[in-house]
Amino acid sequence: MNRYPVWKFVLMALAVLIGLLYTVPNLYGSAPAVQVSAASLTTKVGTDTAAQVEQLLAAASVKPDYVTFEGSTVHARFATTDTQIHARDVINAGLNAGADKDAPPYSVALNMVPRAPRWMASLHALPMYLGLDLRGGVHFLLQVDLKAALDKKIESLVTDTRTTLREKQLRAAVTRDGNAVTMVFHDAATATQAVGVLTDAFPTIQWTSTPDGADVHVRGVLKPAELIKAQDQAIKQNMTTLGNRVAGLGTSEPVIQQQGADRIVVELPGIQDTAKARELIGRTATLSIRMVDQTAAASADNPDDDVFPNSPDVARRNGPTTIVKKEVVASGDDLADAQPNFDSQSSAAIVKLQMNAKGARRMREVSSQNVGKLMSIVLFEKNKGQVISVATIQSELGENFQISGSFTSEEASELALLLRSGALAAPMEFIEETAIGPSLGADNIAKGLHSVAWGFVAILVFMCAYYLLFGVISTLSLGVNLLMLVAVLSLIQTTLTLPGIAAIALTLGMAIDANVLVNERIREELRAGSAPQTAISAGYERAWATILDSNITTLIAGLSLLMFGSGAVRGFAIVHCLGILTSMFSAVFFSRGLVNLWYGRQKKLKSILIGQVWKGGAQQPGNVPQPDDLEDGEAAAAAGKRPRVAR
Amino acid sequence: MEFFRIRRDIPFMRHALVFNIVSLLTFLAAVFFLVTRGLNFSIEFTGGTAVEATYVQTADLERLRGVVSGLGYGDVQVQNYGTSHDVIIRVPTKAGIDQKLVPSHVFEALCKAESGAVGTKTETTAKGESITRPSCDAGSAEPVVLKRSELVGPSVGDELMRNGAYAMISVVIGIMLYLAFRFEWKFSIAAIVANLHDVVIILGFFAAFQWEFSLSVLAGVLAVLGYSVNESVVIFDRIRETFRRFRKLTTMQVIDHAITSTISRTIITHFCTQMMVLSMLIFGGPTLHYFAMALTIGICFGIYSSVFVAAAIAMWLGVKREDLVHTGTKAAVDPNDPNAGAVV
Repeated sequence: MNRYPVWKFVLMALAVLIGLLYTVPNLYGSAPAVQVSAASLTTKVGTDTAAQVEQLLAAASVKPDYVTFEGSTVHARFATTDTQIHARDVINAGLNAGADKDAPPYSVALNMVPRAPRWMASLHALPMYLGLDLRGGVHFLLQVDLKAALDKKIESLVTDTRTTLREKQLRAAVTRDGNAVTMVFHDAATATQAVGVLTDAFPTIQWTSTPDGADVHVRGVLKPAELIKAQDQAIKQNMTTLGNRVAGLGTSEPVIQQQGADRIVVELPGIQDTAKARELIGRTATLSIRMVDQTAAASADNPDDDVFPNSPDVARRNGPTTIVKKEVVASGDDLADAQPNFDSQSSAAIVKLQMNAKGARRMREVSSQNVGKLMSIVLFEKNKGQVISVATIQSELGENFQISGSFTSEEASELALLLRSGALAAPMEFIEETAIGPSLGADNIAKGLHSVAWGFVAILVFMCAYYLLFGVISTLSLGVNLLMLVAVLSLIQTTLTLPGIAAIALTLGMAIDANVLVNERIREELRAGSAPQTAISAGYERAWATILDSNITTLIAGLSLLMFGSGAVRGFAIVHCLGILTSMFSAVFFSRGLVNLWYGRQKKLKSILIGQVWKGGAQQPGNVPQPDDLEDGEAAAAAGKRPRVAR
Repeated sequence: MEFFRIRRDIPFMRHALVFNIVSLLTFLAAVFFLVTRGLNFSIEFTGGTAVEATYVQTADLERLRGVVSGLGYGDVQVQNYGTSHDVIIRVPTKAGIDQKLVPSHVFEALCKAESGAVGTKTETTAKGESITRPSCDAGSAEPVVLKRSELVGPSVGDELMRNGAYAMISVVIGIMLYLAFRFEWKFSIAAIVANLHDVVIILGFFAAFQWEFSLSVLAGVLAVLGYSVNESVVIFDRIRETFRRFRKLTTMQVIDHAITSTISRTIITHFCTQMMVLSMLIFGGPTLHYFAMALTIGICFGIYSSVFVAAAIAMWLGVKREDLVHTGTKAAVDPNDPNAGAVV
């Protein structure tokens, strides 16, 4: 009865193997590396950069373990910190050769990468990501003011509605009413016509008309789905902008995540200087739209002109620099949106721009006088300008216009990103910030690991002494539980924090409960006189229902924490919930397998090593000494006749 | 080795009234402290700023208090954190003070008091990661090092409180529903009353000693709530089984039997869990200290309440055999059959 079919043993072996595979990367630690990332919005880091880094290293005869390009950064791993520092200098000198010292195109930084072999990484066996409390760094929680983003949208909707109606010569007083646009028409026919025009022009708005005497009120609100989409877009754009801003920092694995509906978490490992980080995150790249000086007077010495270097894309067509007029036509604040698109006629890649009312007025004014001339867009980063677009004005421009050129669709989307990068879709406020020193992080890891290790050892010693072989099996399966838990956590790439480590410890401490239940039950069965094989079988079977029940109640608590918790609590809850699930597998299925493996084949099993089973007084209900407790003879009879266990 | 050699069922339920009075008194004491003293919420809940620093020499708290109060931040707390070299300075939110500047100002003041100047240091760790951090330079030495600073805006705290309350409510409802479905509503009420009173007692301890109540403590409290409900579940499971197996026993005898036969696993399990928690208490450092403390109290009172209180409440709510053993086809079984009612 205590035998497993072969497939169950195979499953056990597989669980251990997979557990090992995904746990091991955590044990390798980290290796020194050099990270190359773009320090400027117009720099592109790609496989070419990786090849370039390889060449530079080869030329300086520095041998890296490997050079890879992943995401948006190039990493080169080295054996020692000495070669790492030397390599950093070599790469920095090579990539940023001839560039301005204060605004280099590439950021070359010292960094750490996992030391685990590459084949493991290709199986997605990566170490867990350590939270800031374990590695040091800064953490920011930013509150995005979505109301402001919505305000901006409604404001521009009011203006747009006015313009559209004026173009169609429909007279109405357009006003803003909270998050709605309202207007009054004096006759029904105009109202109907207006609703038709507006529905065509603004499909994302719900237009409703209500008659009021002779007048008709028309009210437009953003459709609910569009409202959510708009808010989502605002958050996404803010995250992209933040991503651009921290990219040049050279920190390893910056985290930018949405938390809840309107918050963004920014975590920057390896930095403790909150003031500097805050300044960097708050920094805005600014844009300005200016006319190119095409007159004879154009020169770098002309007091009315500025000379800016061109971005790589522009430089390919227009040479290294452009002379533009000092006078600013419109600034980044006037730009509401920029999106890559395709021209409906030529199907060439274009960038569509949308200006706000003030910007549109200025564009109209300037462009009508300058048809056929060149207009440029200059991007300022760290007070250094760079021309990112030069285009000919074809006709008078207004609120919406497009930049076309011989773009590839990729270039168009990059330009659109650059144009948007300056702007935040909604203002943000810092509502939480934490800076953790590197020594504290290392300290926390040590403390967490010691807690788990010593607690585990204490349980191991006790269980082995108390339950002998069954104690050994219990601790083995507890070990498998730990292995699987760490493996699952690594596999889903959770961020391990100190509360997470505490949860591992606590989960292990709680998981032993299942083994204790089983072992106690087996002892009880033995005490009641069952044969060893029967006792094992009955012990596991009867304990199972209890284990399931008790784990479910624990899981309910864990899930509630997961639902409502954030930050530290969330890290705790994820580990806790997963630990409960793995413990059910290890404590029941796995430990049973080990018992079966050991005892299952012995047909004439006389005794099992589960520690002393005291048979001095088989415990029975009703075996209460006070006679007044016994209602009648039956209880006494029950005491005399041992109730048998059904099997 | 076997610790529990119990010859016959211990008549726990005979003393049910005593147990319940004891727990009622503890409960009332906890409520008393909660009302009079209140919880000492961490800045995660209240909003505010905390700065943790390490001194090369033993930190002179009195002097530090003088230094920090000179900044005019109002009711500033200065305490040791972990060792005598580590201090934590907590600054509440106050109108008219830009919170963002508090950490750097506090560190500047600390640094100046050691006659040093604040600077920025970029260094490479042994593992080869470059790190930029604010430093306090006094000659060649760094008398004080900034270990951690934390700043929480006031709006976050309210939300955390609310979410904490939601989490608690959803745990309670979830567990009650599950137990009502799996056992019986009387058990469900008994278990939740018994275990919620644990939670109140834990909170009572935190209020009485003014220990810092942080987010991780809250997580610990809720985890322990799920854990000690476990305890009640194990006993309820046994009560149900005993009702099935021994048809002639009174409810009181059944409960006594169930508690007696599970007492050994109860003690051993809790002992094991407590060893783990103790390990956190000893090795986990100040961050895990109160978390482990909450768990310790929770585990100790968890045993008491789920064993003695939950079962007693279930008894007084009038749990009967019929509530658990569904009569009908099984009622026809011969009561003298030794296998009667045994279910596998």
